[in-house]
Amino acid sequence: MEFVFTEEQEMIRESAAGFLSDVSNSEAIRTAMVTESGYDADLWQRICAEMYWQAIHIPEEYGGMGLGYVELAALLEQMGKHLLCSPYFSTVCLGVNAILIAGTEQQKQQWLPKIAEKGLTATLAYTGTNGRWDASAVEATYTANDKGYILNGRLRFVPDGHTAELLVVAARVEGSSGEEGISLFVLPSNTSGISRQWLATMDQTRKQAEIVLSDVVLSADAVMENAEKAWPQLATIIQLAQVSIAAEQLGGAEQALDMAVAYTQEREQFGRTIASYQAIKHKAADMLLKVEVSRSAVYYAACVAQECLAEDGDKEFAAELMEASSMAKAYCSDTFFFNAGTSIQLFGGVGFTWEYDCHLYFKRAKSTETFLGNSSYHRELIAACLLD
Amino acid sequence: MRLKFSEADEKFRAEIAAWLKENLGGEFEKIRFRGGPGDEHMYSSERLAWEKKLAEGGWTCIGWPLEAGGRGASIEQQVIFHEEYARAGGPGRMGHIGEGLAGPTINAFGTEEQKKKYLPAIVSGSELWCQGYSEPSAGSDMANVKTKAVWDESLADGAGRWKISGQKVWTSLAHEADWCFVIARSEPESKRHKGLGFFLVKMDQPGVEVRPIEQLTGTSEFNEVFFDDAVAEDIIGAPGEGWKVAMALLGFERGVSTLGQQMLFQNELSQIIAIAKENGASRDPVLRQRIAEAHTGLRLMRYNAMRMLSDTSGDSVDKSVLVYKLHWASWHRNLGKLAMDVLGPESEICEQAPYDLTRLQSMYLFTRSDTIYGGTNQIQRNIIAERGLGMPREAKG
Repeated sequence: MEFVFTEEQEMIRESAAGFLSDVSNSEAIRTAMVTESGYDADLWQRICAEMYWQAIHIPEEYGGMGLGYVELAALLEQMGKHLLCSPYFSTVCLGVNAILIAGTEQQKQQWLPKIAEKGLTATLAYTGTNGRWDASAVEATYTANDKGYILNGRLRFVPDGHTAELLVVAARVEGSSGEEGISLFVLPSNTSGISRQWLATMDQTRKQAEIVLSDVVLSADAVMENAEKAWPQLATIIQLAQVSIAAEQLGGAEQALDMAVAYTQEREQFGRTIASYQAIKHKAADMLLKVEVSRSAVYYAACVAQECLAEDGDKEFAAELMEASSMAKAYCSDTFFFNAGTSIQLFGGVGFTWEYDCHLYFKRAKSTETFLGNSSYHRELIAACLLD
Repeated sequence: MRLKFSEADEKFRAEIAAWLKENLGGEFEKIRFRGGPGDEHMYSSERLAWEKKLAEGGWTCIGWPLEAGGRGASIEQQVIFHEEYARAGGPGRMGHIGEGLAGPTINAFGTEEQKKKYLPAIVSGSELWCQGYSEPSAGSDMANVKTKAVWDESLADGAGRWKISGQKVWTSLAHEADWCFVIARSEPESKRHKGLGFFLVKMDQPGVEVRPIEQLTGTSEFNEVFFDDAVAEDIIGAPGEGWKVAMALLGFERGVSTLGQQMLFQNELSQIIAIAKENGASRDPVLRQRIAEAHTGLRLMRYNAMRMLSDTSGDSVDKSVLVYKLHWASWHRNLGKLAMDVLGPESEICEQAPYDLTRLQSMYLFTRSDTIYGGTNQIQRNIIAERGLGMPREAKG
C-alpha cells in the first residue's frame, strides 16, 4: 500500500505548479475572464504544444501520453489552485472522457488524435433546462431514420459550449423518460442547425453556454456506443467529471487557505499580526483539516477512476466509482466553499474588494459546487445506496 | 499510488482472521465487541484472560522488534491485524498501554537490564500498565507537572530509589494495572519541561491509592491516583530528561491502531443504519443527509489513514497526521448525536433500572470525552495552525 505520489507524479505536480504560477497569475486570470471565450488562445496552444497536458490520459495508440487519472488529478489540482482560465476541463475531463468511455473505435481514431496533436477543443452537452444532473436532465430528443438521426432541443449550462470545436451531445428517444432511450452523439460544433449562445456567469473564470439544436441532421456514424441504452456510459462520464472537478476544488481550497494564512501573518491589529490570535488560527486549522481530508478523497477517487479507464483495470475497485466520485464531489464542494468564504472573512474588508483575488475563488467555489450536483445531491445518492 | 495490500500481506490477514475465528469463542464469546473506550469497565477478568490467550498465540506486541519479543510486523501487517481484530469483535485491549506506550519507551530509552525486566511481562500479557501524565493543574498544559520525585539513598538496601508524591488524574485502567509510568519533577525548583523524570512505579504498594472517577455515564473507567512517598522501581533516561522521553512516547503509536478504531466506528455506524431502516428514520431527508455524511466522513478517515501510514516523509503526509485526532474526534462526537436522533424517543429509554445505559447511549455520552482527552479540539487546532501552517505560537507562561 503506497497511497502517495510516485516520483514521476511528484515531478508532474511540480512542473505544473511552476508553469501555472507564471502563466496564470492574477493579471492573466483577469484578462482572460472578461473575454467571451474566457481563455487566451495562445496560452492554450502553449499548453498543448509545450506541456502536452491535453494528451495526458489519452492512450498512446491515439497519440496521447497514456498516463493515468492520478496524473490528471495532479494537474487539475494545480489548475484549480491557479484558477487557470482554459478549455482544459471541458476538453479533457468531459470531451476526452466521453469519447474514451462511449466512443466507437472509429470515433476514437477520428477524434482523439486531433485533440492530442492539434489541441482540438471539446465538451459534453447533456443537461437541458430543468436544472437536474441525473438522467432526467437529458431533455434533447432525437428521431432515427435510415440515413441517421435528427436532433432537437435546448441544452443549457454547457461548459465552454460556445467555443468548443467538438460536441458530445446526449439526447433521448422522443417520449422516453428516466434512464431509458438515451443516446450519445459526437459531432463538430459547426454542424448545420446548431446555434450557440454564451451565457454571462457570476464565476467569470468558467464559461457556460446554451446550445439550441434545430433539426440537426447527423449521419449514422455520429452515434456512440450503446445507442438508446447509453445512460450507464453517460453516468460513468459524469462520475469521472466529478472526480476531476473535485481535484480542481482541492487546489482552489488549498490556495484560499494559503492566501489567508499569508495575509494574516502580515496584517497587524492591536500591535500584533492577526495570525497570532486563536480565533484566526482555529479557522485556519479547520481549513487545513478540510484540505487534507479532501486530498484523500480526491486521490482515492482518482485511483478508482484509473481502474475504471484502464483496459486491464481491477473491476471490483472500479465498481466503487459511483460512491468514490460522489464522496469526493460532496466533500470537496463543501471544503472549497468553506475555505473560500472563510478566506474572505480572514482578509476582512479588503477581502470584499474586486482588487483582491478572494472573490475569484469564492465564485469558482460556488460554480463548481453547483455543477454536476451540490453536496446535498451527492449525499442523497450515497444515502440511497446505504438505506434504500 | 497503489492502494492494494500485497499477496503476502493478504496471507497474513487470512492467518490472523483464522486464529481469531478459532479462539475468540466459547468462554470469550461474551466479550466480543466489549471493552474499549466507553465500555472499559466491563468484563475485566475475562478480558484479562483474553490478553494471555492472545499472547499464547503470539498476537501481542506484533509491531515490536524480534529482539524485544515482538514479531517485527510491518506497518501494513499491523494495520491488517488491527482491522481483523476489530472486524472479529476482538475485545478492547487491556494491555494496550504497555504494548503501545510503556514498552516502546522502555525499549527506546531503557537500559538492557530494564528491557529484560519489563518487556517480557508485557508481551506475555501478565502485567498491565497505566499512564501517569495528567494532573489536576496539568491538563492541556502538560508541562505544569507538580508531582515530585525525591531521591532517597536509604532505600533498596542503600542502593537508593526515587520516592514519588503527588496526584495524577484521568488514569484509565489504574485499578487493574500492575505498573504506572509517571512524569514527576526530579529537580525541586525546576520549571515547565525542564527538571522532569520518567519513573516506573509499582501500583501495589502502601504509597499508591486509586480512586475511581464517576463519569457522566454513571460508570468509572478513569481514576485519580494519589502517590504518597511511593517508591519508584526505576527511572527511564536520566533525571531531568523526562520530558524528552515523554514526548518521544507520544510518537510511538504512529496511528497503526487507527484503522482498527475505524472498524469499531464502522460497527457503530452499521448498527445505526440498521436501526434507521427498521424504525423508518431512513425516510427522513435530513437524517438521510446526516447518515450519508457520517458514512463519507468515515470512508475519508480511512483514506486519510492510508495516506498517513504510507511510508514516506513528504510534507502533506505530516499534515494528514496533524489533523487526524481533530477529524476522528469531531466525527465520532457527531455520530453519537446521530445515533440518538435516529433512535428518536427510544433513545431516552435505558437498558434497565436504575441507570444501565444501552451501548449506543454509552457511546453517545462517552463521545463527549473524545474531543477532550489526548489533546482537546482547541489544543489540536493550535498545533495544526502552528506546526502545519507556521502561524505564531501561543504565548506560554
